[in-house]
Amino acid sequence: MSGNDKVLQIRALRKSYPGGVEVLHGLDIDLRAGEFLTVIGPSGAGKSTLLRCINGLVPASAGSCRLRGAEILGLRGAEMRAARRRIGMIFQAHALVDRLTVMENVLSGRLGYTGFWSSWARRFPPGDVAGAFRLLERVGLEGYEDRRADRLSGGQRQRVGIARALLQSPELLLVDEPTASLDPKTARQIMRLLRELAAENNLAVIANLHDVGLARMFSDRIIGLNAGTIVFEGAPGELTDSELSTIYGEEDWSTEEVADVSA
Amino acid sequence: MPVREENATKVWQRRTPRGRLALWAGWALALAVLVACARQISEGTLWVFVADAHRQAADLLARMVPPDPGYMGVLWRPLWDTVNIATLGTLLAVAAAVPLAFLAAKNTTPHPAVRQTALLMIVSSRSINTLIWAILFVILFGPGVVAGIAAITLRSIGFIAKLLYEAVEEIAVDPVEAIRATGGSPGQVLTYGIFPQVFPSFVGVSVFRWDINIRESTIVGLVGAGGIGLQLDASVNALRWSQVSTILVIVFLMVVFSEWISARVRKAVL
Ligand SMILES: Nc1ncnc2c1ncn2[C@@H]1O[C@H](COP(=O)(O)OP(=O)(O)OP(=O)(O)O)[C@@H](O)[C@H]1O
Ligand SMILES: [Mg+2]
Repeated sequence: MSGNDKVLQIRALRKSYPGGVEVLHGLDIDLRAGEFLTVIGPSGAGKSTLLRCINGLVPASAGSCRLRGAEILGLRGAEMRAARRRIGMIFQAHALVDRLTVMENVLSGRLGYTGFWSSWARRFPPGDVAGAFRLLERVGLEGYEDRRADRLSGGQRQRVGIARALLQSPELLLVDEPTASLDPKTARQIMRLLRELAAENNLAVIANLHDVGLARMFSDRIIGLNAGTIVFEGAPGELTDSELSTIYGEEDWSTEEVADVSA
Repeated sequence: MPVREENATKVWQRRTPRGRLALWAGWALALAVLVACARQISEGTLWVFVADAHRQAADLLARMVPPDPGYMGVLWRPLWDTVNIATLGTLLAVAAAVPLAFLAAKNTTPHPAVRQTALLMIVSSRSINTLIWAILFVILFGPGVVAGIAAITLRSIGFIAKLLYEAVEEIAVDPVEAIRATGGSPGQVLTYGIFPQVFPSFVGVSVFRWDINIRESTIVGLVGAGGIGLQLDASVNALRWSQVSTILVIVFLMVVFSEWISARVRKAVL
């Protein structure tokens, strides 16, 4: 493996919100190209905060975060935006702009590369538009380009969100609970699509998931976060019930049906 | 604490005993104020004139009917002025109110001090009635349509900006963050993330204000600021009641028409 293979290197990342307590207590994470890393942990553990520190949606308090070797924490203005274009982010399904069409939502992935007036006039370079059509087809939304985003189902919206992030041609993909509010089947389809697209483009992915089953199924590596500290790191196979208790707290993790009480 | 223990069962009531007492005291106070006001108004009124009111009304009505259709020919020009005062005033107000609203909204303002200044401008514009603005501008610009447009504009800026900045503060944050995360510039975040979300309120508020302004621009003429109000004032002063009723009918038709348009437009953008 060459050194270039390392997409993301996070060191001693700390975050305190203004006037609040520290929510990330010095995290170290490394990520290779083509690697699918999942972060699990209880609500409030700091999973979203971690992703948002990486692309600067919230400023980190201390530490270092290198994207292909270049420091991206503490960047400002145009430099920050240049870094963000290289990092795609996929949110929950409701993060589309409702009143824009599917095409406009997907093309907004190119905003970082497009001047203000061109984007205002919706004049994107032909290559970008072709790329958008290709991605829409790839995520299974061929023919939907003129549909307004608020006329889509949750699963379709998430596909648009994925296309938007991938149109950025990112090197790193940050994914925050992509399957929240989706039914189990749609959730699997979305995860499978993400996994395939990441492999096709040799992307590094960090995905926050609440569903441990999905995390096991689709990740190369899993990190367990509890109260801002990494308490587990390993392959899906190493995630035992006792590890789950370390991450989430004591609970009966057996998946068998609850024994019939009357028996 | 509306929950009490009574014979080992929990009793829940909507209000605490003190809350109930305060509520009754509030109603009693409101009633007392009402009675006091009624007495004061009664003392300041000459009831002989009021007793006479129905005869006066009948008299006035008799003089107003029938309206004078021949007078219509003179009215088209002032009517056109009225529509122009309302429309131009609204357009100018929208142009000023949009930036003001984004400066005033908590989530888009560049700085809290800017926000306070913007809010102050909004409140000042709203606290002064159109008619008072009109009097001021008739003094500044002289009588005529320009004073009317200025008055309508100044009053509408605050109205539109207030409703618009409230809409801006209520937008969903996730889509906005998603646009930021693509590396879009602040201007692109505004046009892609925020504008689409507030667009329906923007159109709705503007058209609603235009509709109000059609009505307001019929009276700014009373103080000399142009439009059909000038004609109305002249006819009332000359006691030409059939002309007055003609004007009232025309104003009524115009207002119905503007309400119809504004309802149509608002429905179209939803
Ligand atoms: N904007 C903010 N200001 C202050 N505190 C915040 C803010 N956002 C999050 N927090 C706090 O930071 C902690 C971590 O929040 P975060 O959203 O990162 O958790 P999470 O692991 O993503 O939770 P969930 O699984 O519910 O999404 C929480 O205690 C939360 O209250
Ligand atoms: Mg979260």
